[in-house]
Amino acid sequence: MQATKKEGVRSQESGVRIRLPVLHLKTVVLTLVVIFASVAGNFSLSWGMRRTGPGVFESPLGYITALFDPWVALGVCLLLVWMLSQMALLSWADLSYVLPVTSAGYVLAAIAGRLFLQERISTGRWTGILLIMSGVVLVGRTAHSTTGEPGR
Amino acid sequence: MNWLLVAIIVAATTTKDILQAIAMRRHGEIHDFRPGALGKLLRLLARNRIIVMSVVCSSVAFFAFLRLVSTADLSFAVPATAASYVFETILAKYVLKERITAARWAGACLVACGVALLSL
Repeated sequence: MQATKKEGVRSQESGVRIRLPVLHLKTVVLTLVVIFASVAGNFSLSWGMRRTGPGVFESPLGYITALFDPWVALGVCLLLVWMLSQMALLSWADLSYVLPVTSAGYVLAAIAGRLFLQERISTGRWTGILLIMSGVVLVGRTAHSTTGEPGR
Repeated sequence: MNWLLVAIIVAATTTKDILQAIAMRRHGEIHDFRPGALGKLLRLLARNRIIVMSVVCSSVAFFAFLRLVSTADLSFAVPATAASYVFETILAKYVLKERITAARWAGACLVACGVALLSL
């Protein structure tokens, strides 16, 4: 029973793979990783900094002790994932494509702030979210590389 | 002082991204995502001088941002960093020789304006 279920999933997956060019799928997946890592990283970092309080910045040693807060440490790890996945994406996609598209993270961060930190989203902020999303859609529809041979 | 910090943040972020794009394009497209291959890639990148410089720029930007938000409002800090979208698109055209279509210009400007509005 389970085996047939797995088979079904697998054939569905390969069906998707055939329809989408491999390069494009790779771009979409890695873009999602970049966005998720930046949102989760910043969220975890600010959550941790709220716990430790602003007093830690009074001494240089405070910066170090802040790193030992588990949330801050998790945030730093996620920001590292963010940097590395963005670098991987840049190995085949244009910078002028990657930056606007991954800025969808700003929108998710604002929504996460509303959902989990009970922050209020003003009309101006909603307008900003709308502008960013339209920018993302506009750039996301262009080809992800314009510099000719991929990898050069 | 705040505007100096903003200038440092925008310059460091822009430099970081341009350097990363140059280094990664020289490296070429990554095809192998198995853990072993990624580990090898990491060691290779850690020895790459351009990547090391980009990491330095990135930490300059990070600490300048922390310093800025410790004295200025987030509603001043966030829109100030939005300027980097426009600068980076210009540099992508002239340094990285990317073809910036009208859609990309419009997209970069929309995102920059949107980020600026987020602070309201």
